[in-house]
Amino acid sequence: MYSEKVMDHFSNPRNVGELENANAVGEVGNAKCGDIMKIYMFIEDDIIKDIKFKTFGCGAAVATSSMATELVKGKTIKEALELTNKAVVEALDGLPPVKMHCSVLAEEAIRSCLADYYKRQGIDPTPIVGCSCNCEECHAHHHE
Amino acid sequence: MIYVDNAATTKMSKEVLDSMMPYLTDCYGNASSIYSFGQQNRAVIENARETIAGLIGAKPGEIFFTGCGSEADNWAIFGAARKNVKKGKHLITSVIEHHAVLHCFQQLEKEGFTVTYIPVNSDGLVSVDDVKNAITPETTLISIMMANNEIGTIQPIKEIAQIAKENNIVFHTDAVQAVGHIPVNVEDLGVNLLSVSAHKFEGPKGVGFLYVKTGTWLSQLMYGGAQERNRRAGTENVAGIVGMATALKIAVENLDANMKKCYELRERFIDGVLSKIEHCRLNGSRTERLPGNANISFEFIEGESLLLSLDLVGIAASSGSACTSGSLDPSHVLLAIGLPHAIAHGSLRASFSHRNTSEEVDKIIEELVKIVQRLRDMSPLYEDYLKGKK
Ligand SMILES: Cc1ncc(COP(=O)(O)O)c(C=O)c1O
Repeated sequence: MYSEKVMDHFSNPRNVGELENANAVGEVGNAKCGDIMKIYMFIEDDIIKDIKFKTFGCGAAVATSSMATELVKGKTIKEALELTNKAVVEALDGLPPVKMHCSVLAEEAIRSCLADYYKRQGIDPTPIVGCSCNCEECHAHHHE
Repeated sequence: MIYVDNAATTKMSKEVLDSMMPYLTDCYGNASSIYSFGQQNRAVIENARETIAGLIGAKPGEIFFTGCGSEADNWAIFGAARKNVKKGKHLITSVIEHHAVLHCFQQLEKEGFTVTYIPVNSDGLVSVDDVKNAITPETTLISIMMANNEIGTIQPIKEIAQIAKENNIVFHTDAVQAVGHIPVNVEDLGVNLLSVSAHKFEGPKGVGFLYVKTGTWLSQLMYGGAQERNRRAGTENVAGIVGMATALKIAVENLDANMKKCYELRERFIDGVLSKIEHCRLNGSRTERLPGNANISFEFIEGESLLLSLDLVGIAASSGSACTSGSLDPSHVLLAIGLPHAIAHGSLRASFSHRNTSEEVDKIIEELVKIVQRLRDMSPLYEDYLKGKK
């Protein structure tokens, strides 16, 4: 069902945990649907210096969170905002069709975290980050 | 591998396979053929029918072989609903039925029938009074499962069948999880229709039967040849039917010993998990329960992650999480007993057989302790819980 890469990131997730000195936190999903992703970042000079995540969800949810954090770690905010769910899926050598929403959630978790970064500085994140929705809608949509 | 998913399917014994082998190899004649090479298989099928009937208190003429448990359910429900449509179009079932039953009723609703879905209490039990109160003059069929496949709850079938009888309503029970695991006698239960599937009691996959009480009439589901006394078409699966008869015979002969063993394993598992792991609960009744069924919800974690982690250490079990059901919602059974979504997502079903050992149970518990902790350590819900507690 899952690729070796997915199983690797599920059994040995990268960047799992909390970040003491986080200056941005984002959380998407809900317990009702069965997955929640929470991302912590420490951003300095527009660069994601450190990143951690916590995820409640299925194997794909854990693996996509892990991969998404790997893909943006050390990158600039601009680069991180360019991360697509497709890139996460490709990096994991694919996901079963019913699990694609997990990759969307991972992308949204990164965005939501960056939105929080701007909000904390009194900057409206919407023009920069785009949909900083709490993703209930996108999530419900992807589950259809 | 430690296999504790016996409610999903079971391992066939060598004895069962041996009994089937002739009909998968040399004795391939069609039982409907006139020559003796075919007629020999007719005799074999009728022999199996007699064996099976005797094991559940039925008459041989009341046993109709089907292609699986799902077919038996479909036939019973569509067959009874359609046969009695002149009398009425109201049907009664429960909210915790297997999809092989629920989806039939949902289809019948689309075809103009009205269905009452009886709720269950927090233990997963249907109330006899609720069934009684749901009956209308239009009611033609009541279908309540004997034992639930997820939480193992055993329903008061005899009482419900009695009420159906008093009201002249056909009563069906899906006994797929019950037959071969707990005593089942159709005469004693007083049911009209009862569905069975062989692969749940160490028989082969792809064969089952429907018990149809003499005098109970169904419209046909499978049209074609004249097999099964003109009521269910299809060249008989001789090997499957023989294997099912052998398996049921073995299961019934060993019923008491197997029930005791499964019960002990399940209790050891439940006690072990509940005492060694915090924030978990047993789903379903502790007493009105299939001997081998344990279903436990672990808070703050999700079931598929749990199953994958168990699989990585060679343990095969099951879950009611949405991610394993292939739909948006977690198991309808767990929601029906009142579990919040988040907790329903974190369920684990271990279904034991006589083949399991107490060492295996201990090993599963040992692994679960580690896995649950690992998953909680990466769960934002657990983090919120710990912070809230501080
Ligand atoms: C309660 C119940 N009913 C029906 C079925 C369907 O049986 P089968 O797999 O033989 O179609 C199952 C098994 O999955 C079951 O557990």
